[in-house]
Parts: sequence; structure tokens; C-alpha cells
Amino acid sequence: MTDHPDLVRRSAARLAADLAARDVSAVEVVRAHLDRMDAVDGAVHAYLHRDDEGALATAREVDAARARGEALHPLAGVPVAVKDVACTVGQPTTAGSKMLEGWMPPYDATVVERLRAAGLPILGKTNMDEFAMGSSTEHSAYGVTRNPWDLTRVPGGSGGGSSAVLASFQAPLAVGSDTGGSIRQPAAVTGTVGTKPTYGGVSRYGVIALASSLDQIGPCARTVLDTALLHEVLAGHDPRDSTSIDAPVPPVVQAARRADVAGLRIGVVGGRDATGYQPGVLARFTEALDRLEAAGATVVDVACPHFDYAVAAYYLILPSEASSNLARYDAMRYGLRVDPSRGGASSAEQVMAASREAGFGDEVKRRIILGTYALSAGYVDAYYGQAQRVRTLVAHDFAAAFEQVDVLVSPTTPTTAYPIGEKVDDPLAMYRLDVTTIPANLAGVPGLSVPVGLADEDGLPVGLQVLAPAMADDRLYTVAAALERDLVDAWGAPLLDRAPEVSTSPVPTPTRQEA
Amino acid sequence: MPVTDDVLDLTEVLASYDPVIGLEVHVELSTATKMFCGCATTFGAAPNTQTCPVCLGLPGALPVANAAAVDAAIRIGLALNCSIAQRCRFARKNYFYPDMTKNFQTSQYDEPIAFDGHLDVEVPTGDGGSFTYRVEIERAHMEEDAGKSTHVTTGGGSSRIVGADHSLLDYNRAGTPLVEIVTRPLVGAGEHAPAVARAYVGALRDIVRALDVSDARMEQGSLRCDANVSLRPRAGEDRRGPEQLAVPLGTRTETKNVNSLRSVERAVVYEMTRQGAVLGSGAAVTQETRHWHEDSGTTSAGRPKSDADDYRYFPEPDLVPVAPSAERVEKLRATLPEPPDRRRRRLQGEWGLSDLELRDVVGSGALDLIDASVAAGASPAGARKWWMGEVLRRANAQARELGEMGLTPEHVAELDALVGAGRLNDSMARQVLDGVLAGEGTPEQVADDRGLALVSDDGALTDAVDRVIAANEAVAAKVRGGKVAAAGALIGQVMKEMKGQADAAKVRALILERLGVAG
Ligand SMILES: [Zn+2]
Repeated sequence: MTDHPDLVRRSAARLAADLAARDVSAVEVVRAHLDRMDAVDGAVHAYLHRDDEGALATAREVDAARARGEALHPLAGVPVAVKDVACTVGQPTTAGSKMLEGWMPPYDATVVERLRAAGLPILGKTNMDEFAMGSSTEHSAYGVTRNPWDLTRVPGGSGGGSSAVLASFQAPLAVGSDTGGSIRQPAAVTGTVGTKPTYGGVSRYGVIALASSLDQIGPCARTVLDTALLHEVLAGHDPRDSTSIDAPVPPVVQAARRADVAGLRIGVVGGRDATGYQPGVLARFTEALDRLEAAGATVVDVACPHFDYAVAAYYLILPSEASSNLARYDAMRYGLRVDPSRGGASSAEQVMAASREAGFGDEVKRRIILGTYALSAGYVDAYYGQAQRVRTLVAHDFAAAFEQVDVLVSPTTPTTAYPIGEKVDDPLAMYRLDVTTIPANLAGVPGLSVPVGLADEDGLPVGLQVLAPAMADDRLYTVAAALERDLVDAWGAPLLDRAPEVSTSPVPTPTRQEA
Repeated sequence: MPVTDDVLDLTEVLASYDPVIGLEVHVELSTATKMFCGCATTFGAAPNTQTCPVCLGLPGALPVANAAAVDAAIRIGLALNCSIAQRCRFARKNYFYPDMTKNFQTSQYDEPIAFDGHLDVEVPTGDGGSFTYRVEIERAHMEEDAGKSTHVTTGGGSSRIVGADHSLLDYNRAGTPLVEIVTRPLVGAGEHAPAVARAYVGALRDIVRALDVSDARMEQGSLRCDANVSLRPRAGEDRRGPEQLAVPLGTRTETKNVNSLRSVERAVVYEMTRQGAVLGSGAAVTQETRHWHEDSGTTSAGRPKSDADDYRYFPEPDLVPVAPSAERVEKLRATLPEPPDRRRRRLQGEWGLSDLELRDVVGSGALDLIDASVAAGASPAGARKWWMGEVLRRANAQARELGEMGLTPEHVAELDALVGAGRLNDSMARQVLDGVLAGEGTPEQVADDRGLALVSDDGALTDAVDRVIAANEAVAAKVRGGKVAAAGALIGQVMKEMKGQADAAKVRALILERLGVAG
């Protein structure tokens, strides 16, 4: 077996080419990643579960099929990590919650089926905030994931595990889910790429629901092209998801390869000098706008006045839907079961209450209570109803904006990655950081985050968010790929080459600074 | 169960109060698959064998609305003269109960698929007459059924949760499609209110059966009725007058799961008399659900129910709205069968039945069978004679339904034709019927196998007649002399000679002809 120490740093597109040319085998690629996981995941803690045997078995099948000369999917043999929110036969699926500790789903999510059908070995399940409620993975019941750029900082959330495996070279591709930014925000703070596709563009079947009208599954990777390649595997109509769109998948890979913004009209949400951003974030963002203009795009300011109310609306709609979606975790059929009497004399209601008390973390309980209240008789119109009206206004803002411009851009997050523990006791501060990403979920439009450099004050990654009209996901990739090519040319290397090598020793406590 | 409630005589109740009835009927659709997944809905399968991630509410599973169930709901709505929503959403009704896998029921709330309809029902008045009452339909909406809990105590089964050790849950029924049909308050029926309730549920049952969307068997729970009953003080003689209608509705009770038409009527009567006693004593009726007890014909208090029950309804975000096109609705309208009441009137005319005869036919469940027999070629009179006569008599004796006797409308048509063609006489036809009911084959086959056929060979018959006349000259003389009645003895002899295989009427005619006497 050839030794390829750099295999884990290669892009998915490059690995796909190497595999097709038989320069390397799928088994070698998977083994290289398993070795990398052995070396660094003790420190990063991005995986909740590893499936070494399953990944190797898939790799062996792909190698054998290739040896037989069978036609294979271009990504066959390229490994992938899956957020622990998607059901996987043969691997536990917990959604980061004690409630589902050790739960083995009897079925695969549609996106997992698609990965398997395309021959992508699934390395394991990545960490996340419990039931995807959070922006830092600090709300995972299984411990925080660390940002590979600085192990004392959060990797974003809820999909911090998926972004961290990419940034620490433990997988070239990862699947995430995005309800209010859970793909884009972790991508931004780890210097990786992530897309929330158009609502309905990717099947939600088999992905544990947080808020059904907001959740969307999407691809994460280290390059724009890789993200597009995975997007194409995941996307497409699924008759098992009523909200799945029955239309051709937008030509995302083609768009990523074209990478041409000449003549494109780009709108800046809130203008170039929008307030509330960390200076280093704003600086990298405005530089990126200059590059896009230099590449032939027209950049104009666009007002979206109702986006100011998006966070408030979102934090009513999400808890409302979540309070209902999470009602099924009642210990009657699966998951954690706590019998308060220990002797079996408890009523079903008592077992339900005790199990939910023990199984859910504080953030989950907070949102269930909030949602239950917002839907209650006498309040539903003032809270849930009013939030839905705001949602309509946000959608109107997008519609009006997309009459003037082809895409919208903004910084993906107001700040770079913050220290672990800094905001965990201040939920409102954490909620407010979702201000940039939430409007896309409310309106169902697609969004992507692409790295645009490091903030001067802390040397941490900054992301730029691109938003496009529904089912125009390809535009995201055109803009992001053009920007990426220009930036990588200017930097002389991908941004992640500037990340420090991850310490291979575990970090003991969340708040301690790395020595 | 000891029942301690006082009741007031119904006449006294009616003298002081005006009854108002509201009916909620759940119809279980007979679609091949469940409302939101592909699981089969077959009745009686082993527990939890007809389940999947969707109807078990597993994490990540999503519903998809069953188009056949939506079509069935639209057809029910159309048959009830409802408007059909151009766009409507499902809603989640949130409450915790172990037989609900998601702890919410996917239902419809403020956007039902069908609304604002009516059904004219024929209500018997008890003295042989009847009148038509228009039941206003508020809505018909789609929803899913829950699973089934069986509460078990050590040392023996029990259906009651109190005192049970544990409960067994069967989710085969979870997700079965239901259509719930809700009436507006039925007012002004006065003494006929219980009969109106019964007539309405019966008419509704006939409609969903005619639509072929449900087998609508109340005893099996595929049609379930909840009866809301309240009393309000009378305001003058006219129960439908503006003064009476202006009186606010009284506090209502909801009697759940009344499982036969007769029980619907009895339950309404019972609640009227019970509430009459409560009000008469100066107390107030408690708003609550009541359980119906078939054996004692009484109800007992269930769960207190208030208008403040909070199910935290909101639109189901996992399902796209149902938006049937006008074209689809019109296509479905074209599939509607003739409304049962109109069909009855038509058949009554075609068959020449009196009101009483029609009621007997309907009451014995023979209407469809006679209609089908006529369609298969029987004469209306012949078909009715067989089904309402010999077959019904045997069915009653065996306590079975007419349709369960193993006799088809085609059989009856064939039997009727054999008699009509003079190949069988009545007594032979009854023997043939016994053979068919015994599973010996079609009437033709049974007649052949048992050698039952009237002799049509005139030569053999004429010879027999001549022999009998010759042997009974004294009797023959009497007949020639004008005592025609005396021919009976000759006929009997000829029939004996022919071993019964002759048409008695024909034998009589032949004898009289030979003796030169006009029949
Ligand atoms: Zn099912």
C-alpha cells in the first residue's frame, strides 16, 4: 500500500480524480482519514460515533467495482461525515441528546441513502448542539467540539462537528443541517464552505426535525466545488418528503466550475457600513466586495427593512414547531426511559415527565417551554401568528431585493469564533448572532458561506454569505467560486493552510486557554 | 356500573325544554393504505405488524398525504352538498397520550376540506308517516386515527385504565384515515330530535357506503358517532320560531362512541331525560363527555370538557397544503352515485311499492339485492318475492344478513326466469333455492342435478289425463255436469301420475278441455 500522508488535505474533487485514475484506492483514502481521526479527534471531539468498519467495507466495494470496470459515481470512494441528526442504519443517531443515547434507527435518511448509492464511505456521525438548538455545540449532551483554529473557541453550531471535521482534515466532505444558520455559521468560523439549499431542494426524510418549516439539509466542504459536488449528490425530489420540490436540481457543479461574476448584480444587505459587525469581519467583507467588483460584478446597497424583526420572529416560530416535533420523545416506544417509582408503579404520564426531565438539556427545555407558550390559546395569534406575518414580510423583502439584484451578500456572522463558555449563559446574546443567517430560513431561499480571510484582531476566519432566490442555488456557487479563486490566488494557498496544526493531546477543560 | 342519575319523563322534558343536538361522526376510510404512509389498513392483523417509521412517529420520519383519502374526503363533502376548499392545510392537534406516536394528531382545524353543506333526511314519525328534516353540515375534515391501548391487570384482562398493571399498545390503527363530519346544532326537532339524530346517522352511513369509501360498520368502529345534547327553556309553542331560536343554547354533554343507530336514538333520549332531571332539580348540567352503556341504555360521566381545552393547534409544516383543482373536484363530482334517498324514491316508483313496503325492503337490507337482481334480469315482483319471502325467512331463522346467505342476485334472476318459463313450479323452485343455499350450484345446475323440471311433453301429460279420466268416470261426469270444483280430485291424480313434475294449472286446463267444460 502506498503511503500518502497528504491524502487527508486533498479536496474531494482531487480525491475523486485520483481514485478514478487509480492512483490511490478508496480503502487507502478511508484509512488515511481514520488515522487522522485517531490523531486529532481526541482534541477536537468532532465525531460522536466512528464507523471504521462500515467505511472500509464501502471503500472495498468501491475498489472492487472499479476493478471490475463498473460505472461509478464521480465521488464513489470519497469519504464523508454525517451530522448526527440524520438517521443511519448501523450507526447510532442521537441528535446530540441523552434522550436518544444509543438509539439505532431502523431506516436510513434519504440523504444517507443517496450517499450510500453514490458509494461515499460514511466515516461517522458528527457532534452538534442537542436537537440542533444552539450556535456553538456547547449544548451537545456529549461535550463541546473545539474549533481547529483555536481549541479554546467554539466551532460554531449547531453543526460544529461537521465544520470541525473539515477544518481538521478528518473528512473532505460533511453533511449538515441548517435551521437558522447551522451550516453557514460553523463554516464561517472554521474557514470552510457550507450551503443551505433552497427549502425543499434536499429531502428532510429521516433527518430529525427541529423546526420543520425552517430545517434544510446541505453540503459542507473545504472548497466551493467540493460543496457543489456534494450538493448534487444530496439534492433532488423525494416523494417521501411532502415539501420536497419536484424540479430539476439547479446546475450547481457547472456554476462552481464557471465561477464568473461578470455582469452579475450583487446587493449588499444593509449596506457596506452596516453596524454590529466586528471590525475585522467588516474589513474582510468589504475587501471581498471590491474583488467582486473588480471581477466585473456590479455591487449595490439593498435595504431589507424587515430583516430587523427576523430574529424575534424566528425565535417564536422555531420553538413553536420544535415544541411539537419533540413531543414524540416520551419514553413510550424508544429512547431514554426513566421510571420515577423504580418499581414499575408509575403511570405513563409520570414516566413521560420523568424521562423528558432527565433526557432534555436546558436549552431544549427552554425552547419547548417558549414554543408551548407561543402556541397557547389566547397567545397564539400575538406570538406565533405575528411571527408568521413577519415571516411573510421578510419573504417580501427578498422578493423585492431580487428584482434589483441577482444575489445578496453579507458577512455570514457578526463576529469570529468566540471562546467556549463565553455566551453559554446568555441565550439572548447567542440568539442575536444568528441575525445574518436567519432571514434565508424564514424565506426558504438558499445561502452559502465562503471564507474571505482572517480578522486582523484575532487571526480567525471570516465568512461571506451569498443568498439567491429560491431554486437559483447555482448562483451561490458562481459567486463563491469566483471569489474563492481570486482569494486563493492572492493568498497563494487555501486559507486552511494557515490554520495551526491541531494539537494531538486532548484539552481538559472547556474554558482553559491552550498552552 | 351502578347508575344513580335521576331521569325525568320525556314528555315532561319536552314540555319545558327544547332539545338541541349536535352530531360528530367519524368515518374510517377503506383506503388500501394509511393517511400519511404506505402501511396497509387491513383489519385484524397481528399487533404492530402494519407499521413503519412514519406511523410509529420515529425521529426523522415525515408524512405524505394519501391522495386516495383526500379524494374520498372530497367525495363525502360533495355528497353532503358541501363547498370544497380550494386550498386547505392540515394542522397539528397537540396532546400527550401513549396511543399517539407523535403526541400530536395530524388533523384539520380552521381549514377543513369541505364545509357549509346539508343533508335532507327522512324522519319517521312513529305513526307510519314521516317528514323531511334538513341537517346543516358545518364541516367535514380529514384526520388520522390513533393506536389502540389495552389496559391489562394481572390475572385477567380489563379495558379500564384504573387498576391496570400495564398497557399494551397496538399501532396498526395509528394513521388510519378518518373523515370527521360535524353538524351545526340541530334545532326545532322537538319530540323528534332523537329520531332525527338516528335518521341522520343512518343516512350518512348509507351515503358513505354508496360512495364506497368506507364499510361504515358502527359495531366495528368504522363509523363512530359522538352525540352532543343540550336543553334550553322553551319560548312559546313554535320550536322553530324566532323567539325559540333566540334562546341561548344550554350546557351540552358529549356522549362518545355510540355504536348503533338504535343507540344513537336511545342515547339522545337518555341525555334529554337525565338533563331534564338535573335542570328540574335546579342544578346545572356539567359540561363533560359521557360514556354510553349499551346494556343499561344509560350514560355516565367521563372527562370534564371545557371550551378552554388547549390543543395548541398550528398548521402542519411537514405537509404542503391540499389544493384540489376545480377540474379534479368536478371529476370527483361526476363519480358520485345517486343520493340514497333519491334512489329509494325512484325504485319505489319503478317497483310500484307502497311506503310501507318500501320501508320493509329497506329495513331488511334487501334494497340493493333486489335492485341488483332486477339488473340481472329478474322481474321486480319476482326478485322482491324471493328476497323478502323465502330468503328472508331463512336468514331470520339463522340470524344472518340477507347478503350473507350465499345467494347472489344472479341466482335469484335465474330462479325467477325458470319459474317464469314454466320450467319450475313454486314448490320445485323452493327446493332449488335450498340446493343453491346448500352450495350445490346455480339454480339451473341444482334443478338438473335434482331432476326437478316440469314435464313439458304434452303427449305424456295428455296420456296421463286420459288415463285418469277413464279410471274415474264418475268424477268426470260430475265435472261435465258443471261441478267444476270436483276436477281437483282428477288434478291430484294426474299430478301423482306425473310424480309432481307437471304444472298444476296446465293439468287443470287440460282436464277441463277434455271434458268440454270452460275453465
Ligand atoms: Zn406506516
